[in-house]
Amino acid sequence: MARDIATGPPLAPTPGTVVVPRKRRNTELVLLLVALAVGLGAWFITHLNVFNAIPENWPMVVGVSVALAAVAHIVVRWRIPYADPVMLPCVVLLNGLGLAMIARLDLSMKAQSAPTQFMWTGLGVALFLIVLIVLRDHRPLQRFPYLLGLVGIVLLLMPLLPVIGHEEYGARIWVALGPYTFQPAEAAKVVLAIAFASYLVERREVLALAGARVLGVDLPRLRDLGPIALMFGASMLVLVYQRDLGTSLLFFGMFVMMLYVSTERPGWAILGTILFAGGALAGWFLFSHVQVRVDAWLDPFATPDASYQIIQGQYGIAWGGLLGRGLGLGRPALIPVVKSDFITAAIGEELGMTGLMAVIMIYALVAARGLRTSLMGKEPFGKLLAAGLAFTFALQVFIIVGGVTRLLPLTGLTTPFLSQGGSSLICNWILIGLLMVISHQFRKPVATIPEIDPDTERTQLIGAAR
Amino acid sequence: MSEIAVMLIKVLFLALLWIFILAVASVIRGDMFGRTVPAGTAPPTELGEAPRTNTRIRRRDRGTPRTFTITNGELAGTSADLAGGTVQIGRSADCQLILEDDYVSTRHARVNAGDSGFYIEDLGSTNGTYVNGQRITQPTTIGLEDTVRIGRTVMRLEV
Repeated sequence: MARDIATGPPLAPTPGTVVVPRKRRNTELVLLLVALAVGLGAWFITHLNVFNAIPENWPMVVGVSVALAAVAHIVVRWRIPYADPVMLPCVVLLNGLGLAMIARLDLSMKAQSAPTQFMWTGLGVALFLIVLIVLRDHRPLQRFPYLLGLVGIVLLLMPLLPVIGHEEYGARIWVALGPYTFQPAEAAKVVLAIAFASYLVERREVLALAGARVLGVDLPRLRDLGPIALMFGASMLVLVYQRDLGTSLLFFGMFVMMLYVSTERPGWAILGTILFAGGALAGWFLFSHVQVRVDAWLDPFATPDASYQIIQGQYGIAWGGLLGRGLGLGRPALIPVVKSDFITAAIGEELGMTGLMAVIMIYALVAARGLRTSLMGKEPFGKLLAAGLAFTFALQVFIIVGGVTRLLPLTGLTTPFLSQGGSSLICNWILIGLLMVISHQFRKPVATIPEIDPDTERTQLIGAAR
Repeated sequence: MSEIAVMLIKVLFLALLWIFILAVASVIRGDMFGRTVPAGTAPPTELGEAPRTNTRIRRRDRGTPRTFTITNGELAGTSADLAGGTVQIGRSADCQLILEDDYVSTRHARVNAGDSGFYIEDLGSTNGTYVNGQRITQPTTIGLEDTVRIGRTVMRLEV
């Protein structure tokens, strides 16, 4: 049988031509080396600026970093050769820069958290590799929407449980097991994205049915409001009892966005925005902790004690100016909790607006490649999952960087890959692993045979079948 | 270190950061359109994939099937592993091969491993399962040379 080696085109090709996607693994290698140079370079420059000498343990740190990146690159070549070439270098750069910033803050705070964070990085990369090796194809994830949904909601609400729930800095978003604490919301982010995607692929036709028409917008039918009501309830529980506006906004935003993407009904997005705005407003009237956050956002100098963190962060960024103080030469340790919540303020102080913009740009590139993957695919579950993961990643950066720069009220989300904290780092590596697996599945060329017209088949049914 | 050296290193580092971003942007620009070649001509050998696929086709007649693969339309290339012994096809999420097609039933058909190869069985679907253009009424043995059509989708066993 004649069989063309045609390929799955990323864009609609002109008739008579096919588009061959490139693997571009060598490009990835070069970018990876630049990314490593940025992360390690930041660490070297800090030591040069502070001690006028390079760090003593540099052969070990450089060796382990290069080995981690090399293993990741080789496994990508082996398992998912057609995956997106820029995602891995971008996250390696962010992770390296985060490590360098934490090591730099250790110097000022006389702390030792960079080695721990380095260990978490190793674990994160290991889990990224496990996703690549075990999963390779994202489609089996589609089978358990309700089970994963339940697991995700339980993870999200776990910090509210007595005994294991743990409160820090006024937000109850940690779970403590013995000496270890982790933020289950980070794991819930990935689990719930998978659950939503598989649920919505199954149910999107029903959810897209139009109900009442208000002001020219088709609102969904009342009987279909169950899932959005459930997610709204869960996110309001998070807002009220965990006192965390950021997590609440992140999960509800993710759900509403995926609902909108799968049904193509603006009614869902409008309804979701109104619901959340209403909930947040009610929260502001009813709860003092929300009021404190909003007051610190609108007028931090009216309550300098309560808004001390935000004020210090603003001064830091302002003092950094356009080019920054130089690594190791600012005083970012004056900001409370600078290693996790306010690490972008520390970057703004020492690398200036130019460096902070670059970091935000790299986040934007990762999110854009995720959305691009989603646009490229044909298979609905993978499309929706890629869009959901990429959007959630971008939304999280927007919420926390917006909080630090006073665009939004400050919330306690982590800055992906930069912040100190193991759970966030590991879960974001898994998220990137999933995105790269999906992008490999969508970009790899497929062999096709020419289209068979069902009409011609039906005539064949009478006589010659072969 | 002197002021000048600190300033110089600072600016060089920021430049490296932005060079990385510009490099990524140029990769994306080149990546966006892939490489267009006329259909029908085999992709250039530097792609590395074409010769391998050819050998696979030549060797196919001798091997035992390992996957059940969609060969046309948007989902072309999607396959389900036969290692588990059965592959269920339909619109439901618990199927191994999920088809998005109005002419496909929730659980449409099933491919099973038998003693003498693989056979396909219709699970009481509305629009039927066709092997080589003929609607099947009982479990039918299929080989590497047979094509199966369900709704608008054509599938086959592959090595």
